[in-house]
Amino acid sequence: MSADWPLWEVFVRSRRGLSHTHAGSLHAPDARMALRNARDLFTRRSEGVSLWVVPSSAITASSPDEKDPFFEPAADKPYRHPTFYEVPEGVRNL
Amino acid sequence: MTPVTTPSPSRRAEGPSGTAEGPGPEEEQALQARFDAAVAAEERIEPRDWMPDAYRATLVRQIAQHAHSEIIGMQPEANWITRAPSLRRKAILMAKVQDEAGHGLYLYGAAETLGVSRQELLDKLHEGRQKYSSIFNYPTLTWADVGAIGWLVDGAAITNQVPLCRCSYGPYARAMVRICKEESFHQRQGYELLLALTRGTDAQRAMAQDAVDRWWWPSLMMFGPPDDESAHSARSMEWKIKRHSNDELRQRFVDICVPQAEALGLSLPDPDLRWNEERGHWDFGAIDWEEFRQVLKGNGPCNEQRLARRRAAHENGAWVREAAAAHAAKHAAGGPRRSATAPAARSRA
Repeated sequence: MSADWPLWEVFVRSRRGLSHTHAGSLHAPDARMALRNARDLFTRRSEGVSLWVVPSSAITASSPDEKDPFFEPAADKPYRHPTFYEVPEGVRNL
Repeated sequence: MTPVTTPSPSRRAEGPSGTAEGPGPEEEQALQARFDAAVAAEERIEPRDWMPDAYRATLVRQIAQHAHSEIIGMQPEANWITRAPSLRRKAILMAKVQDEAGHGLYLYGAAETLGVSRQELLDKLHEGRQKYSSIFNYPTLTWADVGAIGWLVDGAAITNQVPLCRCSYGPYARAMVRICKEESFHQRQGYELLLALTRGTDAQRAMAQDAVDRWWWPSLMMFGPPDDESAHSARSMEWKIKRHSNDELRQRFVDICVPQAEALGLSLPDPDLRWNEERGHWDFGAIDWEEFRQVLKGNGPCNEQRLARRRAAHENGAWVREAAAAHAAKHAAGGPRRSATAPAARSRA
């Protein structure tokens, strides 16, 4: 084999009620093998009840270099947080 | 664990502006300043962040060597799987050797986020252009060696690796978190194995002592050369890849092991080992660094055997890789009835 198999990102749901979380990546020739390998690699100690494998090439990521302008619209809106508001002392359940 | 996208090497090479050329000198200074600030603030560096070339090269060298050590390390222990004295011990040993393969894969995955390919790393290992830990060039002569490896070799590895969980490079640190969790079983099973032997017959006790006598000094060498001779240490500490010096970690390991050896009723093969009240540490004898250099240079007892075995395993596995690729190609051509993952993927949308 001269070239590596495609790269897959693996997401594990550790138990029901939680979302899938990125666990790592692996190489596999196809999705089915990627799932089997992911089981052997990331859930040897019952770390998961469900697995996703996604071709790494299918992921579109925000660029770290555009970080500031890209996320900037959220930075100047503290009024989106409850701590922004003044509440008179003694007022409860608010 | 924080989600991280693992970029393909090509994506990384494109760079932020999509040009093949690197940043100009002024821009580079700004990037360097941002990198330094992130490291100083204990933030993690992630795959697509700008990083100095030397930082990248150091990480590739270290993570690759670490990955190679994991998979070469399967050999000395696998040597005893077929001769394990009970089904219980056999199942444990198989699980441990399988873990080592898994650790290798986590680490190769981490190395690949830096823009090197798996194939390239394996080629370098097979051609002897990248190293693995010199400890695995010693033979496993008796069953007790499996215990000594678990207790001492994995113990030294844990001492080395726990601080790496806070390494400045995110993917490496995350791989180490997984690995450290799994290593503690490795160390305990080794200790328990030795304990069983020391509670056995005179011959079994002697076998345990002999194994510890042979593995003790090579385990101390696993921490690398003394601080004043360690070529990369200072810079790696500055970059927060490394958190403690070789000698510091070695001392920590000795201090941990002495009482554990006592509990086993085994001695450590060092006449100079004694408690230093003033330092609050155990003093220990001089390490034979010439032996370390010789083993590193390829003159250890098993260097050739280990590499030959690795190459043979890779070559003998070629047909499996080809068959899997052919199977994947056939199913890809076969239309929508492709895999069991499609319905699952749809149902979450």
